[in-house]
Amino acid sequence: MAGKLGQLLSDLKEPEALAFVDQALGKGTAAEELLEETKEGMNIVGERFAKGEYFIPDLVFSGEILRGIVQKLEPKLKAGTGKEAKRLGKVVVGTVAGDIHDIGKDLVVFMLDVSGFEVTDLGIDVPAQKFVDAIKETGSTVVGLSGFLTLAFDSMKETVDAIQKAGLRDKVKIMIGGGQIDDQVKSYTGADAFGKDAMEAVKLTKGWIGG
Amino acid sequence: MEKQWEEMTADEKQEVQFQKLLSPKDPEGNDIKFQSTEAEAAYKASITRIKDAIQLKKTPDRIPVTILPSMFPYIDAGMTVEEAMYDYDKCAAAFKKFMLEFKPDMNIGASAPGPGKFYEILGYKLYKWPGHGVPPEHSYQCVEGEYMKPEEYDLLLMDPSFYFRNFYLPRVFGALEGFTMLPPLTGILEMYGLAFNFIPYALPPVQGTFKALFEAGAEALKWAMVMGGSDLELKSLGFPNILGGFTKAPFDVIGDTLRGTRGIMMDMYRQPDKLLKAVEALLPIMIGMGIGSMQQTGNPLIFMPLHKGADGFLSDEQFEKFYWPTFKAVMMGLIEGGCIPFPALEGHWGSRLKVIQDVPKGKTAWMVDQTDMAEAKKTLGKNACLIGNVPSSMLGLATPDEVIAYCKKLIDTAGKDGGYIMSNGAFFDGAKAENVKAMVDTAKEYGVYK
Repeated sequence: MAGKLGQLLSDLKEPEALAFVDQALGKGTAAEELLEETKEGMNIVGERFAKGEYFIPDLVFSGEILRGIVQKLEPKLKAGTGKEAKRLGKVVVGTVAGDIHDIGKDLVVFMLDVSGFEVTDLGIDVPAQKFVDAIKETGSTVVGLSGFLTLAFDSMKETVDAIQKAGLRDKVKIMIGGGQIDDQVKSYTGADAFGKDAMEAVKLTKGWIGG
Repeated sequence: MEKQWEEMTADEKQEVQFQKLLSPKDPEGNDIKFQSTEAEAAYKASITRIKDAIQLKKTPDRIPVTILPSMFPYIDAGMTVEEAMYDYDKCAAAFKKFMLEFKPDMNIGASAPGPGKFYEILGYKLYKWPGHGVPPEHSYQCVEGEYMKPEEYDLLLMDPSFYFRNFYLPRVFGALEGFTMLPPLTGILEMYGLAFNFIPYALPPVQGTFKALFEAGAEALKWAMVMGGSDLELKSLGFPNILGGFTKAPFDVIGDTLRGTRGIMMDMYRQPDKLLKAVEALLPIMIGMGIGSMQQTGNPLIFMPLHKGADGFLSDEQFEKFYWPTFKAVMMGLIEGGCIPFPALEGHWGSRLKVIQDVPKGKTAWMVDQTDMAEAKKTLGKNACLIGNVPSSMLGLATPDEVIAYCKKLIDTAGKDGGYIMSNGAFFDGAKAENVKAMVDTAKEYGVYK
């Protein structure tokens, strides 16, 4: 059972949640404690989304409330705490070359983040080499490729090929997603799996990394 | 005495529209000369087939088939998208080749690439296109953003045209910056004070904007002449175009390009009443946009690309509160005006079928992307013609045999007793020509009703 702040956040009560943070900080509650409650609240949001009780707007709005809370807490946090506690594993995510769509990709990044993964978001229109470099730099073991257009099928395939050529293919699991992505596209690109929404991306990642 | 248009029922208007399509005219009002008797017969058979599929009154002679491509015809002709956008003649030639190669029942025109130079003149920022942010071989893509700020609902509500001209358009067109300096037209009332309204037109930024408008208009006309010629030629070759233009669901107008996906989602929680007022205010404007394009082109089918209402993008409750009422009202307004709404269910819409099936019978045609077609047929299909569902991934990556098997299944389920037009489910760029052909041929051979 989450604390009061966790409840307010998970019920998407924005003004109440922000007022609660102000009050609690005023009464001397430690920012670290409130941050912990905030995380619990986000976990509940994730669970409700997974169960089909929450939809994309609820997710996006919870992220907005979270941002407001963190803004209030950040100046009060002792250096080094809260930011990077225990992370389950590392994931690289980006929209492939030639494609600038970001909504689906952003949702995947957000859900992976609140689910406890350390996500490197490469943004949109990402060349294959940038994925390769990011895998090397971060040591990520899961890669998420996003693409909305039919022409993204080829960019995804080229990215998987580049990862293969760099000798990294057996070190990472690759998942793909986006408007027209299905099993056929998965086979064509050489990815390990595809997901139809952000929750499936979390499920796949958990299956590969654990947690 | 013949009934006047305004006195006709929606049924009668639709019938008149189809009768007009059966005897096509050129822009001067003369009958189009078909290039052969076969072309004329094919043209009329296609119209009748589509009419029967849409009206749900009788089963057509066979499943009609259409191809709704994005950049496929140009890529298939060996061009880059950039060439198709900048060389209007080449664009029209590629589209003609595409029509003659695949011979679908309907022609949607070569206007998808649009005039590249025109966007350049206006400094268009809402989209990136080949040479302007995306590679030459890729399609144009929208740049999501909050082009309307959260506190601007009252401005939009007070006078949508003023808001568009003075706030929204200068944000998405670099060359229209001068619009920000113009006063409202509704201040022009009487002789006293009249001249003050016109002073801004002397200012260099405003004059620069008008110069860009003249140039953009000339370029658009140049392109439109080529497109019009192409359309006429394709009609004379036996390929009808019944697509009249497009409009949108009011929620998508705000969610796609004004407030953006994220912005409109915030507004549902933070200022739901203003959002509801705004979709209401856009309703007559969106109806007028559809009817206006029908009057301009003479074609009744009005395309409505649907986005933010898809599964997951809204809860059921949000869909029924924010999206559906004004979306349905746009369709009803179009139908009353003699149009045939042609909404496209982009992505998955399975969870919405029980709601959206509530449309008058035989008055709409729906493009279905990835929604389960058997479910769609059982619900929406009782009242409306369904179009599409051949997946883009299949057209791009499968074998022709796989496409044929899929299309036969579609004909058996969605095509049962009419009410179905074979087509791809989402606009596509890359595909194997043999797969597109397999789709068309299956409709023409296996799709004959016995």
